[in-house]
Amino acid sequence: MSAITETTARQEGPLPETPETPALAREDTARRHRALVLPRSPKVILGVVIVGIFVILMVVGPWVAPYSPSSTQFAASLHPSAAHWLGTTVLGQDIFSQLLVGARATLIVGFVAGLIATVLSTVIGVTAGYIGGPTDDGLSLVSNVFLAIPGLPLLIVVESYLPAHDQSNSFIIGAVIALTGWAWGARVLRALTMSLRNRDFVEAARIIGERRARIIFSEVVPNLLAVLASSFLFTMLYCIGAYVALAYIGVTSTAVWNWGTMLYWAQANNAALANQWWWFVPPGICIALVGMGLALLNFGIDEFINPRLRAAGLTRKVVRRSRLSNRPRLGLTPVLGRPA
Amino acid sequence: MLAIARRIGLYVLTAWVAITVNFVLPHLMPGNPIDQLVGKLTGRVTPQIVHAIELQFGVGLHQGLVAQYVRYWEQLFHGNLGTSITLSAPVSTVLGQTVPWTIGLIGISTIVSFVLGTIVGTLLGWRRGTVLDAVLPISTFFQAVPYFFFGTVLLLVFGSHLGWFPILGAYSPNVTVGWHWAFVASVLRYGQLPALTVVLSSIAGWIMGMRNMMVTTVGEDFVLMAVAKGLPKRKVIAYAARNAVLPSIANISLALGLLVSGALLVELVFNYPGVGDLLLQAVENEDYPLLQGIFLVITFTVLAANLIADVIYLALDPRIRGEA
Repeated sequence: MSAITETTARQEGPLPETPETPALAREDTARRHRALVLPRSPKVILGVVIVGIFVILMVVGPWVAPYSPSSTQFAASLHPSAAHWLGTTVLGQDIFSQLLVGARATLIVGFVAGLIATVLSTVIGVTAGYIGGPTDDGLSLVSNVFLAIPGLPLLIVVESYLPAHDQSNSFIIGAVIALTGWAWGARVLRALTMSLRNRDFVEAARIIGERRARIIFSEVVPNLLAVLASSFLFTMLYCIGAYVALAYIGVTSTAVWNWGTMLYWAQANNAALANQWWWFVPPGICIALVGMGLALLNFGIDEFINPRLRAAGLTRKVVRRSRLSNRPRLGLTPVLGRPA
Repeated sequence: MLAIARRIGLYVLTAWVAITVNFVLPHLMPGNPIDQLVGKLTGRVTPQIVHAIELQFGVGLHQGLVAQYVRYWEQLFHGNLGTSITLSAPVSTVLGQTVPWTIGLIGISTIVSFVLGTIVGTLLGWRRGTVLDAVLPISTFFQAVPYFFFGTVLLLVFGSHLGWFPILGAYSPNVTVGWHWAFVASVLRYGQLPALTVVLSSIAGWIMGMRNMMVTTVGEDFVLMAVAKGLPKRKVIAYAARNAVLPSIANISLALGLLVSGALLVELVFNYPGVGDLLLQAVENEDYPLLQGIFLVITFTVLAANLIADVIYLALDPRIRGEA
């Protein structure tokens, strides 16, 4: 949530245009601030909780795992039990331990790749949008090309050419994934920058004679933070998916434990046909939950950017109290007065 | 027409980038690409394979890089994608047998997913703020489930447990391949579960996009006008939906790459004899010529599909015909 909070603070910050008395203004800002910091929509709260849990898991996972994920010391294909919460593989490995250990690699690669991709898309998108002209044409062309090439097949080809020791290196894999994942964000950011470029405050900064880099970083980018956060979450979601897919098809090292390699081994040993659901269902659910958490967080940001989507902010209680019909009417965005 | 010309230009450029990446990658590896490959393929190297690899990279290594590049293009224009190391057959022949399966499966399920998702999204957007909004968090879950995992679960539940669908393969081993009803029926039957997987995994994106656009469109004046005129509700919805669907169509070309990537792995789960299954073999055996051939064919197919989507979009939205 910190990204949203920060955006709010920065966007609301430099706009004290109403000549209110200081005390009133402060109270007003504080109220507005509180209202925006605390996510009200249950969707967003759920997202925060899910992502929080997995971040904790990422940090402590390998330490709290009861056994070594690779050790084959147990009986094969055990059903879930008290000793092995998620049973064992056909090789007698503890699946719960694999899940806990695998969280770290999965999420770190997703995070690293998402971060690199977002930095790339910001640099390229904002530059293209702000400078315009031939620079824009060139950069837009590059991003359109990257958008048109299907990512996974390209990733598979590139990753399979990596030397063996790099195929287990989280950061190199993350960087390669990022190369296929930045273009969408760049396109969105370019469009927004173009609309910001001619706003009065940017114009003012230009007239004062600020340097271009300073205008971009202190005038344009702060206004893009909400979109940046949203773009980061989506990119991270894509990167986790790509990493898991690569691991599943066996391009990355199958000796590194992540949720994709778990699924790779399950598939290689026909776990689905042998009815060993406890082997492949947990990693799949975890991937989906992380994705769901990120997407729900994104809802929060989307609703922050586009208030029309914020119907969920009107809880049934509020609606009843203000005697608005629960059925949304066409063309009317319900406006609620402040309770007196 | 200018817009279409620009799109075609973009796709030609993209194809060129893909081809060049394909050519350059082996040369980025440290050392001599042939030695590298031969090293990776320990024990399986015959003179034919070395020759195949040489063809693949447009090599006699006695030539300079530019000459190799030119030769690579020559080979490509003759439809020569090299020879598969493991299958000992020309890559183009191998792909010719598998690509139709993939196009059939992914193409049909994409269309179904788009149409269904758009309809559901329209209704959700129209009735925003009701119980139906609960579909949104659920759909994010489905959106985040990897296609192949979802396929595995469906395979387990509906295939092996309930036995509603046949599992593994694209047609019954008991029918002879050919253009007759028994075979076609078998193909349709075997395709249901993989297609269902692709539809269910990809539909959430269309629902979300359409829903959000619909919410915005419903607030427009022309919709208010339509209601004020007293048009029946069905007509108003159709009216709004026609305008709200445009961004979804524009998004097809963006979503396609992602969708194809996911769907390829579904084939793998179901042992569907398409490109995805071939991709796995190529990765497992480090069959680089095959791998690169697959990459090129997938890229070209996606680009062609993108172009079709663009043409449809232009036909539907006159506003963008003038600009580009």
